[in-house]
Amino acid sequence: MNKYSRERFDVLVVGGGPAGVAAAVCAAENGAHVGIVDENPNLGGQIWRAGLPGGDHSAGASNWYARVRAARVSVLCGKRVFHQPDAGILLAEGADDVCELSYRSLVLATGARERFLPFPGWTVPNVMGAGGLQAMVKSGLPIQGKRVVVAGTGPLLLAVAAYLQEHGAEVPIICEQAPWTKLARFGIAMVRYPGKITQGLKLRRNISGIRLVMNSWVIAAHGEQVLLSVTISHAGTLEQIKCDYLACGFHLVPNTELPALLGCRIRCGYVQVDDFQQTSVKGTFCAGEPTGIGGVELSLLEGQIAGLAASGQDSGARAIFGEREKFRRFARTLDDTFCLRSELRSLASPETLICRCEDVPYSRLQEHTSWRAAKLHTRCGMGPCQGRICGPATQFLFKWNPDSVRPPVFPARVENLAVSPVDEPPIPAATGGLQ
Amino acid sequence: MSSSIAVRVNGAMVSVPEGATVAVAISMAGQPCRTSVTGEPRGPLCGMGICFECRAIVNGIHHSRSCQIQCVPDMEVRTDE
Repeated sequence: MNKYSRERFDVLVVGGGPAGVAAAVCAAENGAHVGIVDENPNLGGQIWRAGLPGGDHSAGASNWYARVRAARVSVLCGKRVFHQPDAGILLAEGADDVCELSYRSLVLATGARERFLPFPGWTVPNVMGAGGLQAMVKSGLPIQGKRVVVAGTGPLLLAVAAYLQEHGAEVPIICEQAPWTKLARFGIAMVRYPGKITQGLKLRRNISGIRLVMNSWVIAAHGEQVLLSVTISHAGTLEQIKCDYLACGFHLVPNTELPALLGCRIRCGYVQVDDFQQTSVKGTFCAGEPTGIGGVELSLLEGQIAGLAASGQDSGARAIFGEREKFRRFARTLDDTFCLRSELRSLASPETLICRCEDVPYSRLQEHTSWRAAKLHTRCGMGPCQGRICGPATQFLFKWNPDSVRPPVFPARVENLAVSPVDEPPIPAATGGLQ
Repeated sequence: MSSSIAVRVNGAMVSVPEGATVAVAISMAGQPCRTSVTGEPRGPLCGMGICFECRAIVNGIHHSRSCQIQCVPDMEVRTDE
């Protein structure tokens, strides 16, 4: 039996990226007893991932971490929330323990993941997400002297290419599927965000020397045991490029599974929130990418609003509304710039696997008309990732809508599922505020 | 400068930087993380614990997501069972 512990918080934050950290700090600085639970070994989420000891720390992150310490926020890392056994309680699983976390208010800051689109060879080892490869390098993967093709769509591609090159990789090409016209419009829109211009100029300097092609995408990855080369399509011509890694992601999709499990209303793929970042479930707030893909600045603002509102500081929250609106406009520009072109729907061949957990090929999905039918008949989306990878892909390929989410929201160990709060001594009732 | 840690991947010693994840150790050992249900070799895809492609047996625990676990000395990792 795994160790069982329980903790009670005024405000519990799920997710330790920028939105979660900002929410926790704002609630705790007001005197609330606050906990952050995150499945990664350290705070930071994806964008602030430091990786190895002494790894690159964003200056912005360091200030927030200092506030986390000063405000005495309880940080529970390496623990993944998988179930809500009762209102106001979440269960989280660690390497050898399970925690029961109860709360008066909850802030969901579950972040986003990359969207992956299937093409022949995308399952070959060393084909990774763009953010995926960057996370691996931050976690110690030697990249010095390796040749990496960066492809897909979104602002992440340039950041990843710059990062990899800075760490000794050779990046022969960046393939962005969006057209120049959209990117030019994006560049003009950036003028309204001074911070973004500085970031953009720095990026441009860092990727100077890398060939950047627009209207371009990978049509196949070659190799059996390991990646050897990729074929890209560019302006109607095909080109084969030798490489050690392909870093390929198609922008981001929000992690809405936990909010959906808790009953939060999802609209057009995003968690619906009110002005105070409160979801349709009273006392449950959501901040950052799950409410709309907008980047670190918007996540920090939404996190602060959620943390302030969750700890009863509505006027403090209200003071940030205007700034948030500015960055929400930026988020809409992102969506428009990097929307996927229809040619990407025809990359998969009949044999291309769409569901990597259950190895379901494209040809077996074509005959179905809905995600549910495909799941029932082919096991697509029924493996350990629970459709987190193939779900967004089939949504794009077949316009299928995702199903309801069922517990556990992540695969959990049987002994942890068997843990029942009723077997334990009851917690004294929280003094008000519990929904 | 950080120090290094030695772990075993399928019986072979691999030296990784302190703080490196098990997925990195497996990659440095030149191994795929797992074999898919139809027999394909697979390695990490998302690098952030979502895709489950990096599952391996870590200290006897099956289905461990190797990209989310940091290496500790004398760790025993298997990808071939």
